[in-house]
Amino acid sequence: MTTTTERAVGQPHRRVEGPDKVTGAARYAAEYQVGDDLAYGWVVQSPVARGTLTAVAVDPLVEADDVLAVLWHGNAPRLGKADDPELAVLQNDRISYRGQAVALVVARTLEAAREAAASLQLAIDAEPHDTVLRADHPDLYTPEKVNPDFPSESSTGDVDAAFAGAAVRVDVTYRTPALHNSPMEPHATTALWAGDDLVLYDSNQHPPGIAATVGALFDLPAARVHVITEHVGGGFGSKGTARPNAVLAAMGAKVTGRPVRLALPRQALFSMVGHRTPTIQQIRLGATADGKLTAVDHQAVGHTSRLFEFAEQTAVSTRHMYEAPAVRTGHRLARLDMPTPRWMRAPGEAPGMLALECAMDELAGSLELDPVELRVRNTGFDSYRKCLGLGADRFGWHDRDPRPRRRREGDWWIGTGVAGATYPAMIQPSSARARRQPDGDVEVSIAAADLGTGARTVLTQIAADALGLPYDRVRVRIGDSTLPQASVAGGSSGTASWGWAVTGACRALRESGGLDEATFDSTALVEKLNQEGKHAFGAHFAEVRVDAVTGEVRVSRLYGMYAAGRILNPRTARSQFIGGMIMGMGMALHEESVLDPAMGTWVTHDFAEYHVPVHADVESIEAEWLDDPDEGLNPMGSKGIGEIGIVGSPAAILNAIHHATGIRVRDLPARLDKLLPSL
Amino acid sequence: MDLRVNGEPHSLDLDPRTTLLDALREHMGLTGAKKGCDHGQCGACTVLLDGRRVNSCLILAVTLDGASVTTIEGLSHPVQEAFLEHDGFQCGYCTPGQICSAVGMLAEADGASLPDAEIRERMSGNLCRCGAYPNIVAAIREVAAR
Ligand code: FES
Ligand code: FES
Repeated sequence: MTTTTERAVGQPHRRVEGPDKVTGAARYAAEYQVGDDLAYGWVVQSPVARGTLTAVAVDPLVEADDVLAVLWHGNAPRLGKADDPELAVLQNDRISYRGQAVALVVARTLEAAREAAASLQLAIDAEPHDTVLRADHPDLYTPEKVNPDFPSESSTGDVDAAFAGAAVRVDVTYRTPALHNSPMEPHATTALWAGDDLVLYDSNQHPPGIAATVGALFDLPAARVHVITEHVGGGFGSKGTARPNAVLAAMGAKVTGRPVRLALPRQALFSMVGHRTPTIQQIRLGATADGKLTAVDHQAVGHTSRLFEFAEQTAVSTRHMYEAPAVRTGHRLARLDMPTPRWMRAPGEAPGMLALECAMDELAGSLELDPVELRVRNTGFDSYRKCLGLGADRFGWHDRDPRPRRRREGDWWIGTGVAGATYPAMIQPSSARARRQPDGDVEVSIAAADLGTGARTVLTQIAADALGLPYDRVRVRIGDSTLPQASVAGGSSGTASWGWAVTGACRALRESGGLDEATFDSTALVEKLNQEGKHAFGAHFAEVRVDAVTGEVRVSRLYGMYAAGRILNPRTARSQFIGGMIMGMGMALHEESVLDPAMGTWVTHDFAEYHVPVHADVESIEAEWLDDPDEGLNPMGSKGIGEIGIVGSPAAILNAIHHATGIRVRDLPARLDKLLPSL
Repeated sequence: MDLRVNGEPHSLDLDPRTTLLDALREHMGLTGAKKGCDHGQCGACTVLLDGRRVNSCLILAVTLDGASVTTIEGLSHPVQEAFLEHDGFQCGYCTPGQICSAVGMLAEADGASLPDAEIRERMSGNLCRCGAYPNIVAAIREVAAR
């Protein structure tokens, strides 16, 4: 065996699949050629937010030659039990939100399917709906747990007394709107039945999970559902579990006996695949005159749906972020006639840290204390303190005049802001296989998914080092549910979880004394691991300019300093950090799903209306990191980095807007209409 | 109708409602151009039509009889290598559109100097939800400077 002393981990390797992605060769779920009889599915969505569907009438003159099937609850095949009721598509007459799938058209061509779907007559008994989240909603309740499995409430010390007795107090309410993940590749599935087995080319973050979930609906064991997920055009949480497209495509294929391709239109993503709940968050901070926190109270209100409870863990990071003798957090939900909220990049941390970190800025203002120093005085985490200190130096924080609305250049008000970031280091059980090839190369297999994180590349680096082989002698196969079982690409846990299994399999092969194959399952080791209190940290710094005439906000600089374990590939890591920060910029300035209470849905349902950052929005953006390996966590010493960039970066921008203009926006996004009246 | 795609002649019999994007993806097996919105709002479907960048989802294929189309599959341009070097993508779904758009944009600029702000402005029709923008601009800057 060839051995090498040069470690692959830590090198800025280019993406393994890069050449395929820049030549158009990389294939996504809707792009597989699966035979001449391919048919196209088109989803029909409910035009009302609440009611019952009593009948579906098909116009026999519309696309009669090409329509193969029109399915609705009156004629659709019965499905097995769904853990997620959103997947029990076309099973009963209830309509639980506007945009819910109520029928499926399958036709020989895409054009015919779309036309026939538009012509269906739906007979619906509509009922009054309730879609508006309010802090005083009469039906608010406290869920038992919040995502993924945290207690809903926490309390240490006597918060009310500590707050009442505090020398300096901040009591503020922050609001964040509903947000949509909006990956560039809409959710898509190409389904075909091979005998009784199901093959799904599907865009998702967890091939084995999709196989198990969809299998259960069609009474098949997971092993008889083959999910192929070679490339995924982004997910950001919205593809973490199966979505209705996978079930509908499989159903359409079953009924017509043909392969069926179902790619959701962009508009459908705004109701059918999840969103981030809007939040209303009250934060109360009490501190001594020299800036030591004495009371922290964070109460978050969000919504869930009638179908399924999803409780975003909005206030959970407040439990550890700062030290105070009295800390209380809580979550309350309203069940609305809305789609179920789901994971969106850093669920919990992203909206929660917006409120906490803006409130900290308000406290610093009241104390007349530097906002970096306030954070340093109140954290018990050394790595966070280092991110703040070093980040402030690198950003050039210190020459700022702390008073707001002081710096003006031409028409521009200029200001800077800071905010902390945190994300839990999570690891989940996975397995992998390493197999020696006739030419001495090694193939490593694991049913992971690469959504653009660089997983394929980083796993190749990890495997090479564990095998003692050069990087180019290792091939990693992922994106297939029949490979050794992998955990979800979510919670920034992918690389740590899969990397552990890959390391185990590769070491086992290396130490096997000449075997051709070795496998490894990390379950027992991961279950023994104490993951409590393990976090990545960061500090975000922003410089903004606000046009005094128009209220336009430009982020001239956005900077992140992170302590996030060992960085395995600086090239792809930097991309993940800045990608998260740019999404954070979208959250701060652009993104808002605007509800029309009369229609009971969001009226912003495409990229013309739901604004994500574009090239012109992004000026100088940089991410750096501390060398911070945590060898006690996993064999690579790594932590997740996919989400921390969106945590705190919106608050840094909001705080910079306040510093520039003296205007405190507490209702996201900070669009110019919120600034203009006070500029 | 006849269409020249990546130098190859194609004779097609299409539904008049079929867009150029669907003609490429569903009828010619050229899936490099992506469908991100189908409404001209994201740029993922950008191809070069007679050398100019267009959103292929906004053009009905039947209007293009005799035209010449270049998709990512038919492109061989230094921008592609620069994307690899600067990590100008993550998921890769916007990438063919970004690259075709960059190639078309460089031709439009015709040697004019392209400061970063100008590149950004000219590329703003191509969305990237992964947020690879700084890396995309770095890749284009490098090629533009040659
Ligand atoms: S798919 Fe054509 S612009 Fe989005
Ligand atoms: S690389 Fe994913 S959208 Fe641009």
